[in-house]
Amino acid sequence: MKVHVKVNGVSYERDVEARTLLAYFLREDCRLTGTHVGCDTSSCGCCVVVMDGEKAVKSCSMFAAQADGHEILTVEGLAQGGKLHALQQGFWDQHGLQCGFCTPGMLMTAYALLKHNAAPTEADIREGLAGNLCRCTGYQNIVKSVQQAAGALREAVAAT
Amino acid sequence: MIPAAFDYLRAHTADEAFAYLQQHGAEARVLAGGQSLIPAMRFRLARPAVLVDINSLSDLSYVRIDGKAMALGAIARDVEIERAPWITDRRWSLIHDMSRVVADPVVRQMGTVVGSLCHNDPAGDWPAVALAARAEVVVRGKAGTRHVAIDDFLVDSFTTATGEGEMALGAEFPVPDERTAGSYQKVERKVGDFATAAAAVQVSLNENGTIRSAGVALSAAGACAVRVDAAEKLLAGQKPSAELIRAASDAAWHRSAPQADLRGSVEFKKHLAGVLVARGLRQAFSRLGVQA
Repeated sequence: MKVHVKVNGVSYERDVEARTLLAYFLREDCRLTGTHVGCDTSSCGCCVVVMDGEKAVKSCSMFAAQADGHEILTVEGLAQGGKLHALQQGFWDQHGLQCGFCTPGMLMTAYALLKHNAAPTEADIREGLAGNLCRCTGYQNIVKSVQQAAGALREAVAAT
Repeated sequence: MIPAAFDYLRAHTADEAFAYLQQHGAEARVLAGGQSLIPAMRFRLARPAVLVDINSLSDLSYVRIDGKAMALGAIARDVEIERAPWITDRRWSLIHDMSRVVADPVVRQMGTVVGSLCHNDPAGDWPAVALAARAEVVVRGKAGTRHVAIDDFLVDSFTTATGEGEMALGAEFPVPDERTAGSYQKVERKVGDFATAAAAVQVSLNENGTIRSAGVALSAAGACAVRVDAAEKLLAGQKPSAELIRAASDAAWHRSAPQADLRGSVEFKKHLAGVLVARGLRQAFSRLGVQA
């Protein structure tokens, strides 16, 4: 079947099997391998992408057909004009990753979280990221990274 | 794993979805949030030949308080309940508690309430809550649309009263009386896991402080969520007290008939059922300003 998905602002029209999961569509049909497949069954959150600008979804538990006509943002779409997104900068500065496998999902979940709540408390961040597993960091620095990004984004809004 | 091949049909209206289901009968499954169905298909525990995607039916995404009931449509997402402006009202405390522990925050973006009831996982959260809150499911069949009491809807593990070619259109939760509070108590190994054990309780008080009615249900305590009739009966008409809570807790222990699995032994889960009902009742009473 034909699906037409806008990913990071670029239109992709592909002929796929109905059973193609969005994560595999992104990785294999769009060649965007930043979206990782971890547990493959909606537990770990490594595959999270943002749908229609504000909704974090686990792309391993959604068919590409369901994204037909929708816009998807993946980790590749975060940096603009060679400049890291505030969240990426936060993870860099605060050492929010070690092996990096969970990072794309962490970034995209945090992106949607900050769209919904620009000034989250530490508890809001921990709760918001509860569907994303990291086996390296113990989450401490991930929380700090998101806090830094939230502050930077608020400052950027205040400056405009 | 990749699911077995299937035909994907996207419905644009409820009529179209119903027509597809009538046409394909037992071969077809409804795809709502997909957060249980798609993993099940990936494990090949489910192999529907046809999926009818209802995610485009925006007229079934409603969550509204409609006089006597909180009504929600077939694709109302968990996140919409969690963020509903009225959810912090005391009388919705059972559903409020649960809305923050069902699945995980990302899964709640897609997962639907009605889908969860239709999936009827023995360790799911919504079925037990629906029992304690005395919800109804609205089912469309050949002969028209009917309201099915949740006790009749939850038939067996992963089995509901929705027949071949039928479709659950929505669910309705009665608006509780002013002097109502509830509590959802869940023990889980990690966020987003199914319950090791869970208890849903909701109590309404009379003006004189006695219990007008009580809803008590358990998850992970049998083939599907179970109502603890004995606890509901012994609570009704009584004044909240520590002895009363102990008696309800014992009734829950007796009623719980869990399966042993990696989450715990039968003995452990039965113990939890009793403990969680007691905690739930204490919290519900405390929310009503009553120390028991």
